[in-house]
Amino acid sequence: MENIKFDLQTTSVREINKFLHHEIAEGTVPRIIIEHPDGAHNIAAGLNVNCEVEIRGHVGYYAAGMNQHASVLIAGNAGTGVAENMMNGRVHVRGFASNSAGASAHGGLLIVDGDAGLRCGISLKGGDIVVGGSVGSFSAFMAQAGRMVICGNAGDALGDSLYEAVVYVKGHIKSLGADARIEDMTADDHQALESLLNQAGVSYSMHRPSDFKRIASARNLYHWNADANQEY
Amino acid sequence: MCGIVGLLIKKEPLRVHLGEWMVPMLIGMTERGPDSAGLAIFSKSLPVGQHKISLYSGLTTDGADFNWTGMRHHADETLGISSTIQHSDNHAILTFVGNPELVKRWIHEHYPAVHILSTGSSIDLFKDVGSPAAVASRYRLDLLQGSHLVGHTRMATESAVTPDRAHPFTAGEDFCLVHNGSLSNPYGIRRMLESHGIHFDTDNDTEAACRFLEWRLREGDTLEEAIQKSFTELDGFFTFLMGTANQLALIRDPFACKPAVVAETGDYVAIASEFRSLAHLPDIQNAHIFEPAPEEMYVWRI
Repeated sequence: MENIKFDLQTTSVREINKFLHHEIAEGTVPRIIIEHPDGAHNIAAGLNVNCEVEIRGHVGYYAAGMNQHASVLIAGNAGTGVAENMMNGRVHVRGFASNSAGASAHGGLLIVDGDAGLRCGISLKGGDIVVGGSVGSFSAFMAQAGRMVICGNAGDALGDSLYEAVVYVKGHIKSLGADARIEDMTADDHQALESLLNQAGVSYSMHRPSDFKRIASARNLYHWNADANQEY
Repeated sequence: MCGIVGLLIKKEPLRVHLGEWMVPMLIGMTERGPDSAGLAIFSKSLPVGQHKISLYSGLTTDGADFNWTGMRHHADETLGISSTIQHSDNHAILTFVGNPELVKRWIHEHYPAVHILSTGSSIDLFKDVGSPAAVASRYRLDLLQGSHLVGHTRMATESAVTPDRAHPFTAGEDFCLVHNGSLSNPYGIRRMLESHGIHFDTDNDTEAACRFLEWRLREGDTLEEAIQKSFTELDGFFTFLMGTANQLALIRDPFACKPAVVAETGDYVAIASEFRSLAHLPDIQNAHIFEPAPEEMYVWRI
């Protein structure tokens, strides 16, 4: 069986996505390769079949968004909202990702080898995110479930209003958001980190779980406190 | 929405390509800004004492048939200057030796419907309503040559779709600004500036930012100092791209609500709201591509 190749200079995003949604059955194509993405939006969004997609270049907004089962490799940089609302599967960005990477992801694994912009993992609902570089401000804002691993630094207000998601940071944290706190790493955390770094790929084996800090919710915002005077 | 683009060509021999490389950048931002487009281009300064004013006749009753030569003769006779005029469609560039403030005042008095687009010794400005492709072909923007430019595609949110409310906005000489986003305190800024005797042409929020920055520059601030003050004075969402006779400057608000991406090679620095406006540029595969950080100042000099 041969790989299937598309070229976005000659085929539209709509046609390629239509093919990916309706015209492949699981296990029938080893790999779908998309060339010349040139920053187009919505490439490989909403994939509901277990298949492998490789995008050779930089993508625009919402690439591989709402992914259900596919494994998508972006050999380039990603615009806003890569893998947003992912349900399952795997999305790997070789370059950097812009704002809101992995926003609201319910499941699956997003890997960003470079930096991720602001609001990475905002409202995370159960997915996992591993960032090889640093993340911008307001990352993991209101993250409800899932795990985020940041191998570089974090910007301002990390984990503001966190629920039950857990964030691991190796580098410097510019500031924590309201109700986020640094906690001791447990044996379970070490194991979780080890497994996530393994899943992210060989280049992540250089990181040791013991070098990371655990950030989780202090849960003070879970119940409204009339005496807090808006200071949390 | 709205799209911004900027391009600075580092090497002199490549500057003939400025317009040709830029037009696809502008057209690439059509979905972000389909209603108007414009750009300010900077080229070698005129000899000392000479000035040029970019003018727009689309708001006069004659429109593109406006008698530019007649206006030039009239100006020469009454102002005692010797000017030249280069015109095409709704657009003209009046070049002269003399005080540009006097010339502008004269135009306001005698040709109130002619809109003054820009003043300086290096800047030419083009803008109009219509799709970026239509504006680019109407004024043959692909033929423009120069060292750097800033461009804009508009999806109006803050004021009406008219040529004078399209971007870039200018104030003073050889200064312009384009904006993606919206300001929440433009009227406060405007009232403050009006108390300093500064006049506004439109009710557009970007004009407030443009006049604020130009006022700071005129008060003696460097571009960097003026921008630093804008972070405390201007409230809202913005990516601003500014041009002066020898610089391009880019800033994003602290929340980075509006996008920007930069590609730099040994030949050029290109800035756009999204990568799709940069994909066609020569040697883009080997460019250093990055997203400018919020509240950081990026300044490139020619």
